[in-house]
Amino acid sequence: MDSTPGIKKEINLYLKVFGALAGLTVLTVAVAYLDVGIGLAVIIAMILATTKGSLVASFFMHLAHEKKLIYLMLVITLVSLLALFFITFGTIGDQVGVEIVPEGVSSGVH
Amino acid sequence: MTDHHHEEPFWRKYIFSVDHKVIGIQYAVTAMIFLLFGFCLMLIMRWNLAYPGEVIPIVGKLLSEDGMLTPDGYNSFGAMHGTIMVFLGVVPLAVGGFGNYVLPLQVGAPDMAFPKINMASYWTFFLGGVCMLASFFMPQGTASSGWTMYAPLSVIATTGETMWLVGMVFLITSSLLGSVNFIVTVIQLRANGLTWMRLPFFVWTQFVTAFLLLLAFPPLEAAAVFQIMDRVAGTSFFLPSGLYVGGEVLNVAGGGTPLLWQHLFWFLAHPEVYVLILPAMGIVAEVIANNTRKPLWGYRSMVYSIIFLGFMSFVVWAHHMFLTGMGTTMAAFFQTTTMIISIPSVIILSALFISLWGGSIRFTTPMLFALGFLPMFGIGGLTGLPLGLASADIHLHDTYYVIGHFHYVVAPGTIFALFAGIYYWFPKVTGKRMNEALGKTHFYGSFICINGVFMPMFIQGLAGVSRRLYDGGSTYLHAQPVLQWNEFMTIAALGLFFFQIFFIINLIISLAKGEKVSSNVWDATTLEWAAAPSPPLPHVNFEKVPDVYHGPYEYSTNSGGNGQPDFTPQHKKINS
Amino acid sequence: MEVPYTVKPRPDTGLYNAKIGVWLFLASEVMLFGALFSSYILLRMGASSWYVGSEALNVPIGTFNTMVLIVSSVTVVMAWASLRMDDLKKYKMYMGITILLGLVFLVVKILFEYLPKIDHGHVPSEHNFYAIYFVLTGLHALHVIGGLVLNAYLWGPGTKMWETEPEQFTNRIEIAGLYWHFVDIVWIFLFPTIYLL
Repeated sequence: MDSTPGIKKEINLYLKVFGALAGLTVLTVAVAYLDVGIGLAVIIAMILATTKGSLVASFFMHLAHEKKLIYLMLVITLVSLLALFFITFGTIGDQVGVEIVPEGVSSGVH
Repeated sequence: MTDHHHEEPFWRKYIFSVDHKVIGIQYAVTAMIFLLFGFCLMLIMRWNLAYPGEVIPIVGKLLSEDGMLTPDGYNSFGAMHGTIMVFLGVVPLAVGGFGNYVLPLQVGAPDMAFPKINMASYWTFFLGGVCMLASFFMPQGTASSGWTMYAPLSVIATTGETMWLVGMVFLITSSLLGSVNFIVTVIQLRANGLTWMRLPFFVWTQFVTAFLLLLAFPPLEAAAVFQIMDRVAGTSFFLPSGLYVGGEVLNVAGGGTPLLWQHLFWFLAHPEVYVLILPAMGIVAEVIANNTRKPLWGYRSMVYSIIFLGFMSFVVWAHHMFLTGMGTTMAAFFQTTTMIISIPSVIILSALFISLWGGSIRFTTPMLFALGFLPMFGIGGLTGLPLGLASADIHLHDTYYVIGHFHYVVAPGTIFALFAGIYYWFPKVTGKRMNEALGKTHFYGSFICINGVFMPMFIQGLAGVSRRLYDGGSTYLHAQPVLQWNEFMTIAALGLFFFQIFFIINLIISLAKGEKVSSNVWDATTLEWAAAPSPPLPHVNFEKVPDVYHGPYEYSTNSGGNGQPDFTPQHKKINS
Repeated sequence: MEVPYTVKPRPDTGLYNAKIGVWLFLASEVMLFGALFSSYILLRMGASSWYVGSEALNVPIGTFNTMVLIVSSVTVVMAWASLRMDDLKKYKMYMGITILLGLVFLVVKILFEYLPKIDHGHVPSEHNFYAIYFVLTGLHALHVIGGLVLNAYLWGPGTKMWETEPEQFTNRIEIAGLYWHFVDIVWIFLFPTIYLL
């Protein structure tokens, strides 16, 4: 078990991470109200969400200091997740008779 | 280990037990009952294919008032035959049964890593099975859209479909709990000295299988939730706009796509095919090494192949969907991956064949089934190649050729391997040995009959007979030249049933008064035989935790004369 | 002979059983939510019309709930840190706050989002936008409920273990925390995808 001063340092870190997460949340909402076009908005939102997610994973879930085995399992998961995301997407995109509506057109409610 | 010696009440010991051996037996018995049930459904369907419009003997009165199988009944039996055989029969027997019983013993563990979760896994599976069976008593019958439950047909189907989906969610949860347990057990509870390359091949297959179950099943869970919503809450995840049902436009918001279901379903169901076949390969490898008295040829390449196979199985799923209007780019991608995935399977099969070379083979019943597996799986695999190529698949898709292909893989393939496993590990579970004469009759009879059932399907399929026809194609002109095979296949299927009776009788009489045998009746090297008594001690398995010094298949390490064993058990320390 | 490595890590992996178990469980959860998200993308790309999340849904409430979950993530990690410093009182306090925040999230979600939506006729069958909104947030809410039950047990009756097996109890809090953080991460992705884009 770790020493108390070490854990106190950790707690400091947790609070800093919390500050970063709160800031990024505000940023996420603020950017959404800028009219940057849907393509850029998606990219920005996903970059911000990924940053927040990795902060939580690296520090709160202490993935930053984890054993090799856990990394290995997560890499395997990531590979199959990518297969699920991109191959499904590619297949639907390459489907005869399925029309991908350009994003710009899709925003209106019928 | 002393604190375990108090007597447990009956219900803790045999019903809600946390002992992996009891759970394994529970899984195996439940699964075998489901296999028999699924087989009987198929027999009724086969009767109808051979003699369409005639009264079904014996059980006819249960099916309808005039004793015939209705077309709707045929559809629902077809869907349930597939579901029961795959999800309630083969997987629970191969993974839940053999995996649970044998895997902790082979790695030298006292139990699974999480015994309570293991128990929860069985009872969740049981609930799923109850849901599936209960759907037979729904007012309009069971799910009936094929075992794949393609939308939108399944979305507009009767209430049995909802039961199917709920049952599926239970089954998915069960295999999730099981697979977490298997992986942690293999990683954490291996005995001292049991390095990765000393693991018996069966453990490797279960390990890879557990990863497939863990990562491939959740997308189907998502799809099942979507479909439940479509059916219950009126959403249209899988329903396109302007869908006509019964001549009228369906009153839903629309905007969904049936392809989404197919993608999510096959993302599970293709790895699921490997879930069916990998444990079978593991069992066959064990039996072959033991009965040829030789190390497996190319153990390392088999291990690497099986890991590669696991990865590849995640990127081939859309070869089931060439006919959905897939463009050439993605079709080329999936054809390529499909051809690549056949390589590791061929490596494993070749390694098993080469292992036979020069061995002094003991033709015991388990060995016969394992030897039967090899060519049968070979036929199943090779006939799959044309289906993996879009141009051939366009002709063969949804014909009896497909049925023949995958039944060769799972019926004379996997199920023969499972029989090999039952004959092989029966003495481990009971301390008694199964009757050889009955066992051999069972094997030879089944081997002949099962080929009689499935071989003609290739002929019918190449002639273009669709797999979904209630009357077996008798109203189609192109089916006429191959129609006479229907009766042949039905008689062969009845013969197959007849020879299973030998197995059931064998199981019962061997259980009651089989020949008592020593702990290591097959002279095996692996821990479950060499280091544990038969049957193993309740809860703790081993009298003393074994340390491991050798690879899994050190057979013929000496001449074996003068009453000396001809093998080196994994845990035997040799002073040098 | 008990199952080994339930508390102490196995030397060659450096991990105790339950930690590998929970990460494997989370791996399968990643695949579950991955499938939900990719379904969302496919449905949206194929749809002829789609709602703008920030107009159809209540962004201030969504933002509030995001912050609630993030704070609860901090408190649950503080609860674990307190136990490692042998401070059961602080643990009780932080875990208590975590549970309260989880309840706040659910109450806000149901009272200020689900019920008004349904009142206005925005039910799942209206449009696939609402269908996916209800399914994704609904499944997430089920995960929150699961986490609440687990945390409540560890805050209440489960605390008894601290007396006898402090190390194992600390491990349990770590495991529960890992799950709770994962639920938070899912929401971090859900929020912009559904509410803002």
